[in-house]
Amino acid sequence: MTASAQPAPLSAPLTVEFPFTRSLGPVQSAFLTGLRERTVLGARTAGGRVLVPPPEYDPGTAAELRELVEIAPAGTVTSWAWNPAPRRGQPLAAPFAWVLVRLDGADSGLLHALAAPGPEAVRTGARVRIRWAGRRTGAVTDIACFEPDTESDAGSAGERAGEPGADRADAPWPRPHAAAFADPVTAVTLPARLEYTHTPGRAQTRFLHALAERRILGERCPGCRKVYVPPRGACPTCGVATAEQAEVGPAGTVTTFCVVNIKAKNLDIEVPYVYAHIALDGAGLALHGRIGGIPYDEVRMGLRVEPVWTEGSRYPDHYRPTGEPDADYDTYKDLL
Amino acid sequence: MTHGTQRAKEPVAVVGVGQTRHAAARRDVSLAGLVREAARRALDDAALDWADIDAVVLGKAPDFFEGVMMPELYLADALGAVGKPLLRVHTAGSVGGSTALVAADLVAARVHGTVLTLAFEKQSESNAMWGLSLPVPFQQPLLAGAGGFFAPHVRAYMRRTGAPDTVGTLVAYKDRRNALRNPYAHLHEADLTLEQVRSSPMLWDPIRYSETCPSSDGACAMVLTGRTGARRAPAPPAWVHGGAMRSEPTLFAGKDAVSPRAGRDCAADVYRQAGITDPRREIDAVEIYVPFSWYEPMWLENLGFAAEGEGWKLTESGATALDGDLPVNPSGGVLSTNPIGASGMLRFAEAALQVRGHAGDHQVPQARRALGHAYGGGSQFFAMWLVGAEPPGA
Repeated sequence: MTASAQPAPLSAPLTVEFPFTRSLGPVQSAFLTGLRERTVLGARTAGGRVLVPPPEYDPGTAAELRELVEIAPAGTVTSWAWNPAPRRGQPLAAPFAWVLVRLDGADSGLLHALAAPGPEAVRTGARVRIRWAGRRTGAVTDIACFEPDTESDAGSAGERAGEPGADRADAPWPRPHAAAFADPVTAVTLPARLEYTHTPGRAQTRFLHALAERRILGERCPGCRKVYVPPRGACPTCGVATAEQAEVGPAGTVTTFCVVNIKAKNLDIEVPYVYAHIALDGAGLALHGRIGGIPYDEVRMGLRVEPVWTEGSRYPDHYRPTGEPDADYDTYKDLL
Repeated sequence: MTHGTQRAKEPVAVVGVGQTRHAAARRDVSLAGLVREAARRALDDAALDWADIDAVVLGKAPDFFEGVMMPELYLADALGAVGKPLLRVHTAGSVGGSTALVAADLVAARVHGTVLTLAFEKQSESNAMWGLSLPVPFQQPLLAGAGGFFAPHVRAYMRRTGAPDTVGTLVAYKDRRNALRNPYAHLHEADLTLEQVRSSPMLWDPIRYSETCPSSDGACAMVLTGRTGARRAPAPPAWVHGGAMRSEPTLFAGKDAVSPRAGRDCAADVYRQAGITDPRREIDAVEIYVPFSWYEPMWLENLGFAAEGEGWKLTESGATALDGDLPVNPSGGVLSTNPIGASGMLRFAEAALQVRGHAGDHQVPQARRALGHAYGGGSQFFAMWLVGAEPPGA
């Protein structure tokens, strides 16, 4: 048998998402808790530079940084890029500018979004000010975005009545700060989401089309003559392409197994059940499946089984005993 | 050292070893704070500072385990790596071992004089099982967890060797007892009895709950240097006598999942480099990657400490206990501490501590040569080194 007509390769979306957590440690904890209290903190290095956001360790000397100081909620744009088509999860839904802002009192730039009607309204050197989020939780999103600061553009200290530190409006930035807050944030949850298009390739596409006809189709290596199921389009031992199609099974032998007694979160299978390695007749290696139609504690190595298909399922739902005598150990010991 | 190519290499010395306190969740530190704790201890051990380090080589398990892409860049500040070469190694669960070997090769090749190598995992910030079971379209989902993946191989080992089903519990009990002597270990189960191990719930028959590794947060670091650095070190170094990596696919026709060829070949390469002909007799302490108890007898055979089919007898005889003639995992091993990315480096570092005489209450008396071993993926990646109290060729 040679390679038959090539069906179009399959593809499907794969979305990977998880709410990762981050323990913050002392410095990030103070920084994010500060944002919740509308206070921006930076770290002062031994060399006198003030870095915002504050790192735990000096990028220059690797020294531990623990002296935190308060930075102004306003500053100067040092560079920018227009974002004409914001994506999901970005700070603003309408087009905005990504800006690097050197807040007054800081020596490094903070990356954030600047609300602006268009790129013509943005310029390096512009004075901008933090627009605080209405509901703040101790996260970098407590800064909703930056907005043009018309008041301090003229060169004023940029203080406004009612903001923290307004009573010290004449004090220069940065200002000493104890960085001690009630009920500090110690961890954050950061949901991550990645969207892929997964294409399994020609060999697996042929295998999947055969499965739809309830046939299990492998590929024979022209070198070692072993049959790969599922096929990969190549033999990893001989390093050559595999094209010859070879149907295996449908019956096979349980080579080894375990009895699963704990319920997996993502599986809707009642425990206990048997998870087995099954060498289908003619296959060069075992594949994995669940054993049913027999009490779990009667499953054994060498048990002869066959696939049980259910409507709408791509793979066999499980494998059940064929009723044949058990296979002799010597017939499958090299497949363990 | 007999042939010229090896004479040309710079001998590699481990002059600093550091590890964190390991726990189910180190909520007191960020990722940066975690790696810093291990790195600082390794530098202190070597009486060095950040400026003495020429390059940093870092390893951890796959990115989905914590969701940090390119952690080597993210952690550059904490590791004093700004302005220096910083690279990451990526070989699943064996990565801690592979990372140390890459660092050692940089010293051996005289690319760098002194290298800081570090591996870590903060398992509490994600879910490793989720990270290993992404719902790839068209693929049949794995029907079992990590233990379920390895349990059929354990059953195959038992069938092949006729080992009695009690051997795994002996390993679990031994390693947990050893961990009581290791202040850094995650699990300190002082009241655990062998009977409790034997009666613990069967999770993935034949693997019981007490025969599985914990999920840990932690990091491990080492400072590697050449002869000049070793002369300046405040304490005796461990010398690298051999190191090797091998890999093979997780599944292929002809794979021996019980005793993978990549593991056998890797060990043979290390022994050849180190001039070891009888590992059972010539090696004094062994730190091998045993995430499920039965992997001790399985790897004892794979690594040449016992003939095929005889590994379980070595375990059953008590030879692998701390007071046996081939102590295995005196630190308590992966069964007591498992920050996945760091677990392999912990094996390498514990081997170094043994030959330096720095293993504290879990010291093997007069350990002169020790093996560190790591494996990862579906028995897919192998990394090992052999360290000695004397310089190679001495």
